[in-house]
Amino acid sequence: MSETIYLDHAATTPMHPEVIEVMYETMKKHFGNASSIHQLGRESRGIIEEARRTFAESIHARSQEIIITSGGTESDNIAILKSVEKLKGNHIITTAIEHPAVLEPLKYLSEQGYDITYLPVNEKGQVTLEQIKNAVRQETVLVSIMYGNNEIGSLMPIQEIGQYLKEVDPKIIFHTDAVQAYGTEDIDVKASEIDLLSVSAHKINGPKGIGFLYKSDNITLNPLIRGGEQEKNMRAGTENLPAIAGFKKAVELRKDNKEELKATNLYFKKLLLSKLKENHVDFSINGSIEGSLAHIISLHLTGVPSSKLLIHLDLANIAVSTGSACSAGTVGPSHVLTALHGEDDPAIGETLRISFGIGVKEEDIMKTVDKIKQAVVFLKNKKV
Amino acid sequence: MIYFDNSATTRTEASVLDTYRAVNEQYFGNPSSLHQLGERSRQLLDQSRKQIAELMGVNKEEIVFTSGGTEGDNFAIKGTAMAKKGYGRHMITSITEHPAVLKSMEQLESIGWDVTYLSVDKKGKINLNELKTAIRKDTVLVSLMAVNNETGSLQPLKEVSEVLEDHPSIHFHVDAVQALGKVDLDLNESRIDMAVFSGHKFHAPKGTGFMYVRKGRKLSPLLSGGGQESGLRNGTENVPGNVALAKALRLLLKNKKATNDRLSSMKQSLLNYFSELEKVTVFSPEESAPHIISFGIKNSRGEVLVHALEKEGIYISTTSACSSRKNKSVHSIKEMGHSKEQAASAVRISLSNMNTKDEVEIFKKTFNKVYERLKAIE
Ligand SMILES: Cc1ncc(COP(=O)(O)O)c(C=O)c1O
Ligand SMILES: Cc1ncc(COP(=O)(O)O)c(C=O)c1O
Repeated sequence: MSETIYLDHAATTPMHPEVIEVMYETMKKHFGNASSIHQLGRESRGIIEEARRTFAESIHARSQEIIITSGGTESDNIAILKSVEKLKGNHIITTAIEHPAVLEPLKYLSEQGYDITYLPVNEKGQVTLEQIKNAVRQETVLVSIMYGNNEIGSLMPIQEIGQYLKEVDPKIIFHTDAVQAYGTEDIDVKASEIDLLSVSAHKINGPKGIGFLYKSDNITLNPLIRGGEQEKNMRAGTENLPAIAGFKKAVELRKDNKEELKATNLYFKKLLLSKLKENHVDFSINGSIEGSLAHIISLHLTGVPSSKLLIHLDLANIAVSTGSACSAGTVGPSHVLTALHGEDDPAIGETLRISFGIGVKEEDIMKTVDKIKQAVVFLKNKKV
Repeated sequence: MIYFDNSATTRTEASVLDTYRAVNEQYFGNPSSLHQLGERSRQLLDQSRKQIAELMGVNKEEIVFTSGGTEGDNFAIKGTAMAKKGYGRHMITSITEHPAVLKSMEQLESIGWDVTYLSVDKKGKINLNELKTAIRKDTVLVSLMAVNNETGSLQPLKEVSEVLEDHPSIHFHVDAVQALGKVDLDLNESRIDMAVFSGHKFHAPKGTGFMYVRKGRKLSPLLSGGGQESGLRNGTENVPGNVALAKALRLLLKNKKATNDRLSSMKQSLLNYFSELEKVTVFSPEESAPHIISFGIKNSRGEVLVHALEKEGIYISTTSACSSRKNKSVHSIKEMGHSKEQAASAVRISLSNMNTKDEVEIFKKTFNKVYERLKAIE
């Protein structure tokens, strides 16, 4: 285990030891149901409200604007499905490269009669403000644009879009899936005029099965999961106290080391690229280094089938990915790479996603470059 | 501290906690990842699913992991509604269900569905004839709880199953959150199509749960996305939580008979004790789950008793915590024919296998003092 070089932090991250510790202690000491009226319940309630404050502060929101959920997928589903229900108008704008947690609920809405505009992305994997301007109509009720993409790392002009939408039609709801960007980008929901924002803890060394949805006080939302009065009736179910406490710890830790981690990730990214070049590995970048998340790089390794390359690297105990981790069972062509390059582009079958995070060392990068080089030479020779 | 509030939530079992921790430390990979770390997580997840399926006597394809009981109930009800809306828009449930069920039903009503709420008798049971009459051509779901969380009363699931044998296309959903390990639930034999379970009610971590969905039964996902759980429940899997969940289930069912005998005898001892106190009324029917006792001191509000015992280090709860339906307060105890005043006096003791007979004796001694003080209230 320990010798595995883990370069798949965009899929999920190891829990920080301090987060595990907090969860362990919380499970032992604070097991009361936060809805119980006795002391144990009140203690649990206190921990949750403190965590809520921490979550809110991390994106410049108010505590009452944070709805705790079971993760990024749930946050996205609520944001998409439950924001438009009571609105007049049936047009929604999104991008072609959103995560399935956004695309699938949108597909459902389209079956219900909504008209969805999927904006194409440019060669950097971004949409532009211009495209949004052209797409907005009288009937537009929701714009959902991811903050940063999980496969190629491209960052979207969220602040420009938010401010523009606010100006042109403040009734349009603006959602952003920030699951990959949270904890690496400086997010200010007020300055960016964001109405809904999705976050997941397991991408920032927090626990799996917990996340939050920021919902601006300015909009109304219907609950998806109903029952008890938890989360002010916005998300029923006994609160997941230990995970909430662990998530809070993860956010605090990230706050302290965010800039440093970002710089390290960027350094590794550049190191990886320059070493690959030095080793004459033939590659191009899907998207671009500028305007992308520091922890994600997507490489098109010309002429090298990624499924085979992945196996070689895996045997060398290097964990990377071909794209997203989220196509369980269905390893079809990546919709992100398809949107970026067009259908049938060779890059779709020849792409490696490498994603950095805490614990990665310089020697890991060197070893990875070595192994990529070896594998590429082997696979290319075999072909001829 | 004496913790008698196990129906609200339980303390995570120490060894389950260790499992949760160990999996987090060693198997953090995303089960959808193709590399070894992902593969190991996937295997672990699969093993947990298999273990749970075996313990429940069903196929592993029939187990879906969720974030808990509330999600499970919402999924069963709305997932049925979405999958079957072409066949009909009527559902049947009871008036004493958990809010996770009632609020889901209410939501469907708000978009044009018809819902029949069956009444309950003194024992908290529905009337089978009422059920039979309620079934219509366009009924797509019957949703009933196995064990009521407020009183421990039981629904006649076997008899309901028999009634539903004649209606093979109706989905039968059972909220079994309070029933697991406590009463017999034969998923294979009965007509049950979906059963919902919550981890934190049996010493597994909070935020975990699982659901039984009979093979061949169509459900639309409540959360859609990356294709996890065969597309039925999307979102990165909580592998450490689910492994811990499987372990807790194994521990729960390991000594089921002995545990339930112990719970029953503790309960009986408490019932015997209460029967000697003139101003105490027990609301739990005779035939009820072995871990729940609902009772009240005449003219003394439930909260007062909860706080009085809390001062002595004993934790129990009022029973009405989060039960309200369209402003009409739904209170199982009231629905069972007790007065509003009696319902307001109700509190709940809920036991688990972590409780001991010594605790029961200490409880009685402490309760004597509190009772002397509270019984004077007119
Ligand atoms: C951009 C993006 N959105 C949503 C999700 C889903 O989050 P979760 O895994 O917490 O359900 C992910 C990760 O899988 C993601 O990368
Ligand atoms: C009968 C019943 N159903 C559903 C639930 C909801 O389960 P959870 O707390 O896991 O959301 C509970 C507990 O609160 C319950 O007692």
